[in-house]
Amino acid sequence: MDVMKHEQNSSALIMTGIGKSFPGVRALYNVDFKLRQGEIHALMGENGAGKSTLVKVLTGVYLMDEGSVRIDENPVIIRSPQDAQKHGISTVYQEVNLCWNLTVAENLFLGREPRKMGLIDWGQMNRKAGELLQELNISADPTAQLDSYSIAIQQMIAIARAIYTECKFLILDEPTSSLDADEVKKLFTLMRKLKDKGVGIIFITHFLEQVYEVCDRITVLRNGELVGEYELEKLPRLELVTKMIGKEIENLSNLNTNKDESRFEGEVPIIEAREVSSGPSRVAPFDLKMYEGEVVGFSGLLGSGRSELVRSIYGADKAVQGQLFIKGKKVRIKKPLDAMRKGMAYLPEDRKVDGIFADLSVRENIIIALQAKKGILKRLTRKEMETYADEYIKLLNIKTANRETPIKSLSGGNQQKVILARWLLTNPQFMILDEPTRGIDVGTKTEIQKLILKLAGEGKSVAFISSEMDEMIRTCSRMVVMRDRYKIKELTQAELNQSAIMKTIAGGEVGNE
Amino acid sequence: MSNLSSGNKSAKPALKPLVKSVLSSRLTFPLAVLLIVVVQNIITTPTFFHISITNGLISGYIPNILDEASRLVIVTLGMTLVIAATGGVDISVGPIMAIAASFCGLLLNGTEYRTDIFHSPLILALLVGVIGGALCGAFNGFLVSGLKIQPMIATLILYMAGRSIAKQITHGQTIYLMNPVYKWLGVQIPGVPIRTTIIISTVMVILVVLLVKLTSLGLYVQSVGINGSSARLVGLNSRAIIFMAFVICGILAAVAGLVESSNVGSVNSGELGSGIEMDAILAVALGGNMLGGGKFSIAGSVIGAYIIQAIKTTLYAMNVRADQLNVFKALIIIVIIVASSNVFKEKLKKVTHKVFSKNMSVGG
Repeated sequence: MDVMKHEQNSSALIMTGIGKSFPGVRALYNVDFKLRQGEIHALMGENGAGKSTLVKVLTGVYLMDEGSVRIDENPVIIRSPQDAQKHGISTVYQEVNLCWNLTVAENLFLGREPRKMGLIDWGQMNRKAGELLQELNISADPTAQLDSYSIAIQQMIAIARAIYTECKFLILDEPTSSLDADEVKKLFTLMRKLKDKGVGIIFITHFLEQVYEVCDRITVLRNGELVGEYELEKLPRLELVTKMIGKEIENLSNLNTNKDESRFEGEVPIIEAREVSSGPSRVAPFDLKMYEGEVVGFSGLLGSGRSELVRSIYGADKAVQGQLFIKGKKVRIKKPLDAMRKGMAYLPEDRKVDGIFADLSVRENIIIALQAKKGILKRLTRKEMETYADEYIKLLNIKTANRETPIKSLSGGNQQKVILARWLLTNPQFMILDEPTRGIDVGTKTEIQKLILKLAGEGKSVAFISSEMDEMIRTCSRMVVMRDRYKIKELTQAELNQSAIMKTIAGGEVGNE
Repeated sequence: MSNLSSGNKSAKPALKPLVKSVLSSRLTFPLAVLLIVVVQNIITTPTFFHISITNGLISGYIPNILDEASRLVIVTLGMTLVIAATGGVDISVGPIMAIAASFCGLLLNGTEYRTDIFHSPLILALLVGVIGGALCGAFNGFLVSGLKIQPMIATLILYMAGRSIAKQITHGQTIYLMNPVYKWLGVQIPGVPIRTTIIISTVMVILVVLLVKLTSLGLYVQSVGINGSSARLVGLNSRAIIFMAFVICGILAAVAGLVESSNVGSVNSGELGSGIEMDAILAVALGGNMLGGGKFSIAGSVIGAYIIQAIKTTLYAMNVRADQLNVFKALIIIVIIVASSNVFKEKLKKVTHKVFSKNMSVGG
């Protein structure tokens, strides 16, 4: 078996001085990374830190602008995923990239089927597949159809497929995000087995406990730069979170002025949720009150339910239970349009998938929500559309050739401003901003933060989600902390500081303190 | 790379953006093709632009093309909306034409297969035909928007069953509509020198353009076609919009069916409008529209429909036999599709880029 051949030696994959830029964003700058054979190495960082860019550079999906890659001291050039495979680098992505309607064996050998006289040698294929599965302790029948197994098993089969090729380095990108605890355990057993065989594994995950359970080393990235490489034992959990999120609080720190919640006493909240939930797989029932003129942060790691919470209020995910009150009046929100009519706005987390209309112009992208609210017959005149578009291009300083430019040719930050403009134009009372600053340049980030505070100053209520702790602390007057789909705590203004938040996010077992 | 930078630095700043915008405009390509077909005709058929009045009707090659293309133009309008909203196609438009015409023929002729008496008022018969088309469209729309069936599969149902349904309506017989008034719709209104088909197709184009431009239908359809998930989050009802696109498509197919039956003076449910679905899809593609949905151009689709008819007429004028026609048509279409493909366009862009930067480096 190919996997067996790797003897334990000091062979390693070394990336030096890696740099990669996209229009308007510097994704990676001078990043060093070293992966030894026979180790499990966590690559950590919040969204936009550059983890996935680094992995994509390594696997040949992106070409790096600067830097070099060496394997066992030999410089290698990786121009395509095929190149990466040739050098023994395999990847298993979050979503299983296999064919659900083929058998396990077919999936394992797709494209490299054993042949006899030009025809596929089914007997040999199934036998070999059986051997491979047994060796890795994966309990699957080679002749069964892939989708008869759980996602966890499918994931393991994907890994088996990856390492069956001459694989020295394996990248696992968020492999555990859709697995339950038991399945995760099985996956870890497999990972340890591969490690013992000398495979170097890069493990990307958002779950801290998993890092501490299975990894040997941790490399932390932040804002496209290397923070450092650490031995697992020497980096306690709280310190890791601090390194991921970053300590330096810019001098803007007191942007938010005395948002003391006692001033809300007696006021009717703009939004009040009682026991609202959109189903156990999304977000557990929660209570929430939000008042005029305040910015409330929603924090928690990715997958903690923070996005699902706000989506259930907006009707993006249909609430299955609970009651919602707007200014004290009970409302029923069945779809986003209902929420819009009640004065809500929602800037979605994934700009590309849920936000922009790529081929439409900046003008059309700006007016679309207002037009949808007005209905099909009350069309805005061309003149009105142009006036609105120009007004917001100027107000938010959107950098575009002109208002008729397709939004897809704008940079990420400017696309985000267009979507903000879209919602501001509907004059909402309650705005949900899910990761409005993700993946955009620092200058625009600050502009958006200031805008959020300005909106609160005008009496709007803003729900703000960000993976960057410091910008949340700077802008929010209160913070809701989520973990594992539950709203676990609300931190008041006085409690709002890095360590309190991180302790709450990191969970009970914050060691060393 | 060096070519690129030298080109950017040198003079003639006005020319390049112009070339660029002409190359990137979606209407450029279909117009160019139409122009080529026309020029080709001028060379091979000297009488191409010749227009005369015979029997009180303007006739000649061009009026002939406009007349023959009219049904395709009307059907293409609806197809454009369906493709834009769903990224799929409606292949049942031909059978819908037959169903609409059969309803109309049944009402007009009653139980007789051949008569010059109207058994019902003409307006009522036409209305019932159009409603029949709208119902077919609503059925398709329900399958696609309500049950989330792929448009091509959903419309395959009426594609297969539609002509049988039409045959049931006409009791398996071809209906001959002998009343001269019925000819007004698809041939000529007495005293009007322009063929009615041309008038009706033009009116339909104008109506659809007004519908798209005066309401937000155009914007909604494009939004839903480009990104259904975003569309929902900005408050659009994707289902209703997709449903509406199919209903409009059904209505337009019905209109085309009535025009066609009037033009030929009969309703033959097996033949009426047969094969038009593929021409309509092709017309949308030739018009520079994305078959994956999203942005669309009514003008482009209409030009596409005229291109197809112009090619047919040209081939006839060159004495290509009817049985050879499709081979030639296919050859021409292969060339057009290849030339309009993105791969080819990228190559073309590179070539023009090189040519321009060379010229400029010499000049500067």
